Amino acid sequence: MNRPPDGPARRLTGPEAHERRITELEKRVTFSSTTIGLLFALPMLALIFVFFYWPSGQALFWAFTLEQPWGGGNRFVGFRNFIQLLEDPVYWGSIARSLVFGLSSTVLAMGVALLLALFTDRELRGSRLYRTVFVWPYAIAAPALGLAFRFILAPEAGLLSLINHAWPGLWNPALDGKDAMIAVIVAFSWKYVGYNFIFFLSALQGIPRAQIEAAAMDGAGPLRRMRDIQLPLLTPTLFFLLVINITESFQDSFGIVDIMTQGGPARATELMVYKIYFDGFKGLDYSGAAAQSIILMLLVIMLTVLQFRFIERRVHYK
Amino acid sequence: MASVTLRAVKKSYGKNAVVHGVDLDIPAGTFVVILGPSGCGKSTLLRMIAGLEEITAGEVAIGGRIVNRLEPRRRGCAMVFQNYALYPHMTVAENIGYALKVAGLSQAERRARVEKVAESLGLAPFLDRKPAALSGGQRQRVAMGRAMIREPSVFLFDEPLSNLDARLRVQMRAEIRRLHQRLGATSIFVTHDQVEAMTLADLLVVMNEGRIEQAGSPAELYAKPISRFVASFVGAPPMNLMDGRIAANGEFLYDEPRRLALPAGLPLAAGTLLTVGIRPEAVTIVAPGAPGSIRATVDVVEELGAGRVVHLELAGQPFAVATAGAVTVRPGEAVGLVLPAETLHVFENGSGKRLDITARPAEPAALSA
Repeated sequence: MNRPPDGPARRLTGPEAHERRITELEKRVTFSSTTIGLLFALPMLALIFVFFYWPSGQALFWAFTLEQPWGGGNRFVGFRNFIQLLEDPVYWGSIARSLVFGLSSTVLAMGVALLLALFTDRELRGSRLYRTVFVWPYAIAAPALGLAFRFILAPEAGLLSLINHAWPGLWNPALDGKDAMIAVIVAFSWKYVGYNFIFFLSALQGIPRAQIEAAAMDGAGPLRRMRDIQLPLLTPTLFFLLVINITESFQDSFGIVDIMTQGGPARATELMVYKIYFDGFKGLDYSGAAAQSIILMLLVIMLTVLQFRFIERRVHYK
Repeated sequence: MASVTLRAVKKSYGKNAVVHGVDLDIPAGTFVVILGPSGCGKSTLLRMIAGLEEITAGEVAIGGRIVNRLEPRRRGCAMVFQNYALYPHMTVAENIGYALKVAGLSQAERRARVEKVAESLGLAPFLDRKPAALSGGQRQRVAMGRAMIREPSVFLFDEPLSNLDARLRVQMRAEIRRLHQRLGATSIFVTHDQVEAMTLADLLVVMNEGRIEQAGSPAELYAKPISRFVASFVGAPPMNLMDGRIAANGEFLYDEPRRLALPAGLPLAAGTLLTVGIRPEAVTIVAPGAPGSIRATVDVVEELGAGRVVHLELAGQPFAVATAGAVTVRPGEAVGLVLPAETLHVFENGSGKRLDITARPAEPAALSA
């Protein structure tokens, strides 16, 4: 069978030719599609450029130079900013704290959300109310949330002050670093419980009822069904939320830390993202802060790649 | 093997009642088919027996034990679902063996029993596959295997064949019947397909709007449908039904001035509205105007290979005739139809109830055109 050659030499007939003629006609009176497309995309491209590529480029530039605190000249220093950071035990401390914060808040936020979603899915009493109410925390801005939790967890007058009535001095995030870390982890998790809950619930409701009923007929009780049927079928959602939660815990934690503890007491809650802000805007060390941003970015990328390489394999897709 | 007994079983969702008091005795080892249109409550009834649906009122007993409050796993039933409901993340072997795993059997014993069941269903080569890598028929078999391995006293089937293509459906139908003959377990099979129902059932139960319309052997239901509904639901092509009324002389006026003499012995006053039915198989096509025949026009002829179905128009209504013999009629042609009186079914117009439940027609009804 002879295939007709493509290209301008090919003779067109029928509707195809008609189409071609219309395109040629349009070309004479309009811009080429590439230009039009670019024009339409321009506002968005400008936004992305101004708020992402430009600052990233600037950070990259600063990370390899030494910047004057009040502006006015800088010089290229190669990897010296990075070397200085990585030799600083305080910086390593913030990395360790960020990891503790990230893992704990992810486990807490996902664990609580999963539990709530499983209960709601089983149509327990009040599930309709939860479905609406659990979503709200995610809509609250981090500073407002931090402020609320500052009051809730205040050692002298908050809800937890009851603990101090029984055991004086047991709970004090203003003095005890561990308490402060717990406080920011709880506040951050509270926000993401709602977010995770929605995804878990919709994933649970996406599991065909009949599969759970089949397991019930096979003799599995509710807990056994959760373990053997629901959780395995939730793995795509679990994996997605893991990536989102870890990534967000490295970035979205700033507002909560800033309002609740300002990184204190004694740097106990100084996470990487907060240290970037503190060193850059309070310490006026632009170059050091820029280098930290680059390291944070690399860390998040690395964690995400690791999750995709090692955890995604265990995910069951239908 | 266990008997299943339903006593005044009701189901309502809030104020919305879907099953209105069902009584049914299923002897141990019987193959029962519950037949009905969608929304008649047949699946709900099955799910109440299984324990997947709460019983609003009444009693369900399996093997003489009331199971209303028992969890599904304690009732000794196994169920095959319409969409198979296989566990997508488990292999065929894991799917079939899941009940045994839950029951805490050892790996070796599980493997042995799974292999035995898989062998009997022709699934042995697919044990390590996931359901997504199986064809529809194979998935169906896995679902059956999952039910079989528990050696239940009652098998429940919820429209298990409705997702299969026609050929596979016939094949699986025979396989289910064979399985029942081999295992002898009480089986309850829900379907809306009357051919499936007729071929499988020892006891056929027709449901309509949350009530049992009639229960009996398929032959009984075919020969003596208790109501207009059963008459139109059992048998394919469905029974021809003609609406009319009783004339002053006691004859049935189905399309004035055409009339049809009815069997004697029916206490009918002039003017009573009636529905008279006849099976397509009971009608004979003769030459138009032949004595004792009524006139109709041929619409379409369906060739079925072993037989033919002639669709006609009679008094403005569609009318079907099924015949095993050769058919020479052509569309548009006028023919005569002979409706033997002893094959007529007479139903009350309002309730649709059969009128000659006890009294068989004493003398053949004469036809006049």
